[in-house]
Amino acid sequence: MTELRGYKELPIGAVPFRLSTDYKTGDWRALRPVVDNNKCVKCMLCWIFCPDMAIIWDGEQIKVNYDYCKGCGICAHECPVKAIDMVPEPSE
Amino acid sequence: MTEAVKTPHIPLEKQKLLTVNGDEAVAWAAKQSLVDVVAAYPITPQTIIVEKFSEFVANGEVHTEFVPVESEHSAMSACVGAAAAGARAFTATAANGLALMWEILYIAASLRLPIVLAVANRALSAPINIHCDHSDAMGMRDAGWVQLFVENVQEAYDTTIQAFKIAEDERVLLPVAVNLDGFFLSHTLENIHILPDEAVHEFLGGYRKVPKVKVDYFDEEVPLMLNPARPLSFGPLDLYDYYFEHKMHQVEAMKRVPEVVREVNEKWYELTGRKYGDGVLVPYEVEDADVIVTVLGSTGGTVRHIVKKLRREGKKVGMVRIRMFRPFPHKELAEILKNAKVVGVMDRAISFGSYGPSFLEINTALYDYKEKPLLVNYVYGLGGRDAPPELLEKMFHELLSDAEKGFVEKKLRFLGVRE
Repeated sequence: MTELRGYKELPIGAVPFRLSTDYKTGDWRALRPVVDNNKCVKCMLCWIFCPDMAIIWDGEQIKVNYDYCKGCGICAHECPVKAIDMVPEPSE
Repeated sequence: MTEAVKTPHIPLEKQKLLTVNGDEAVAWAAKQSLVDVVAAYPITPQTIIVEKFSEFVANGEVHTEFVPVESEHSAMSACVGAAAAGARAFTATAANGLALMWEILYIAASLRLPIVLAVANRALSAPINIHCDHSDAMGMRDAGWVQLFVENVQEAYDTTIQAFKIAEDERVLLPVAVNLDGFFLSHTLENIHILPDEAVHEFLGGYRKVPKVKVDYFDEEVPLMLNPARPLSFGPLDLYDYYFEHKMHQVEAMKRVPEVVREVNEKWYELTGRKYGDGVLVPYEVEDADVIVTVLGSTGGTVRHIVKKLRREGKKVGMVRIRMFRPFPHKELAEILKNAKVVGVMDRAISFGSYGPSFLEINTALYDYKEKPLLVNYVYGLGGRDAPPELLEKMFHELLSDAEKGFVEKKLRFLGVRE
């Protein structure tokens, strides 16, 4: 984020002045999903179930968009071949 | 109280005489105000407003989208949605219904949606009571709404139309609550004058106009509304980084309300020949008064009657009716009250463990003055308990005796209750 703005510079009605994609919510995450692409059968269930559209199919394999993944673990829970591990984020 | 102007734009003979109660008067005002959406749930003593309005809808006399919702929480929610989509939205409620709206009242105000809400003031349960007091309105005083209190049925009609004008003014953009005393006004017939439809349309400038805002992702200013062509998000997460700044917008908007209320009162006067003090406060016989009583709502008429009577007897008494409770006109009221010896503050509500709501405001208003009157709080009329002239006269005599003594023994007094 750039410098925080004062109230005189903000639109009224509390409408956001930037797009929601500018808010990187990935830093809320405590657990990080890590995909083992050797185990992955590319069934795309994780892509279907991810509530934040943070699973990316790049045409060859599954990737996670860590800018927006909040670490809920639904992908790991739904994965039928246990190809996704939820790994603790390093504490700062 | 109304004063006559010599040549109003619409002279009295061009105004239609109607015999209606307060609720019907409000419905007529909403009908003429080109309201796009009415979402409401019935509750006594407000029911007639929406009942009457639904008649207008059924008869095809208005184009309004009428949403019969399942609760007051939904009524205000539907109004929020409608207003966010750019509509002029109206609803009405009372007492427990208003309490159920509570959560959404704050949302309407902070999203800056100019909704108009008529409150037919009624006591809160328990025990259940359908009659007038102001405890319902006082429960919403911190919600960010403009709150106006009317004295009679004519004023209920006038103020409802004014409320749209005030709410939608670009300096304000806040929701407005029009408070009329349950039964005393809501169900009492009065002869009133109403304007021709076109005059109301012209006064409001036609349909609602949506203001514009600037956001980073559009080059030009865009309408502050739900609009797929120029999308904005209403009410998403706002944390410690920006929430406080957004509250400051409401603080600033409230500061601009009094000037707009005064302007609208003045414009209404030119149009109709009717005005209510300066729109904010309605003082009467205050110039040399030793004792001044402040009051909200319909009791103002009875208090004025007693002031007239006591003035004829040579007593130096006066009154101020507080027409606008939020934002509270601290400075203006203090300037009127400062030279009195005693001020009696009438509250038709009490904050348990404290005083009446307007008493707290008036103490705050006068605190910084070196010379100031003694203050007495009269809590009266809870649950519709009548406040007849004899009772109010007794109150004035108590205050006159306090003024003579120069001190006040009991600050909080309960008027008209049995021990």
